[in-house]
Amino acid sequence: MTPPQRRRRFPKEPPEHSPEQIPDPAPVPAIREGQGETNQPGRLYILTGQVEDGDRAPLDLVTLIVASDDAPPPTAQPEQSALLQLCRTPLSVAELSAYLDLPFSVVTVLLTELLAAELVQARAPIVRSELPDRSLLEAVMHGLQKL
Amino acid sequence: MDFKSSDTITGPRAEDHLPHTAQAAVKIVIVGGFGVGKTTMVGSVSEIRPLTTEETMTQAGVGVDDNYGSESKTATTVAMDFGRISITEQLVLYLFGTPGQERFWFLWNGLFEGALGAVVLIDTRRLEVSFDVIGRLEERGVPFVVAVNDFPDAPRYPMEDLRAALDLPEEIPIVKCDARRRASSRDVLMTLMRFLHSIAMASASA
Ligand SMILES: Nc1nc2c(ncn2[C@@H]2O[C@H](COP(=O)(O)OP(=O)(O)O)[C@@H](O)[C@H]2O)c(=O)[nH]1
Ligand SMILES: [Mg+2]
Repeated sequence: MTPPQRRRRFPKEPPEHSPEQIPDPAPVPAIREGQGETNQPGRLYILTGQVEDGDRAPLDLVTLIVASDDAPPPTAQPEQSALLQLCRTPLSVAELSAYLDLPFSVVTVLLTELLAAELVQARAPIVRSELPDRSLLEAVMHGLQKL
Repeated sequence: MDFKSSDTITGPRAEDHLPHTAQAAVKIVIVGGFGVGKTTMVGSVSEIRPLTTEETMTQAGVGVDDNYGSESKTATTVAMDFGRISITEQLVLYLFGTPGQERFWFLWNGLFEGALGAVVLIDTRRLEVSFDVIGRLEERGVPFVVAVNDFPDAPRYPMEDLRAALDLPEEIPIVKCDARRRASSRDVLMTLMRFLHSIAMASASA
């Protein structure tokens, strides 16, 4: 039996995303994993980072967020209070999105406000760089070995 | 969309809180087709019950690359499962399981580029499902390893046939795994980390 055959690709420059490509936030079908794996052509735009005010905080899925104080200020909006209560201990933006049941980009909007008001602090993730830090990789390996 | 009010939100269980010392996080992405075992793998190594995050993306109408103001657009919500492993008191590792056929993920700036690397999960009954995602990882220079999930009725190709079919260079590890077993999933992650380490060593001595 012969398996199907793939052809190797090589690195290329990432495509330019022009800033005018602001999508309409049209709410249509929620496609969960397994149902949305269509292969339609056409351009795709992610909402993240394309808000009109353009100055959303640079948050990653794994930026750790921690509230500055134990109790939300009485002036906080309900959704802000909920978020502040969740991150009394550090939580990633992804976890906040999961617990609040809100899309990632919506959570980043909420967090941008809270960061501006200094009600939360963000601990930036370590991302892969041109020269990965060997001691970081070794720390991860050591941690996995203990599993 | 409605915000949940704070009293209806279920936050992390007491044992799912990270210590205040947690300073930074890293991520690994697990990609593969539907049913290949991504959620299973995330769940088998995660210290928290796998959670789901989602993002909304819009897709422009077919064939209209220009005049994007006028064509119909649809918004799509894509979801991915993720889990977490505390590495030290300071460092946390997150694992994201993303459905491979979705081109959406590759438009999510930083999802792959910011990851330490990726695991491509493969089911030999549907090998071709992985071709596009492997190509995209190659194009973006995201380091990855391939893990072949061992389904009972799946064809067993010799490793070298699999490597040839996937057109993978010698240095990219291909390993067998059973995503249901923690030790096996952990070994896959270790294989990725050793591969990343070898890349780091090579570029440091270059
Ligand atoms: N035999 C076998 N079954 C597996 C393995 N990994 C996952 N499965 C099963 O395959 C099914 C789909 O797995 P799931 O993790 O939901 O796939 P996903 O769509 O990629 O998230 C589940 O019933 C799993 O129990 C594996 O390594 N071996
Ligand atoms: Mg899944």
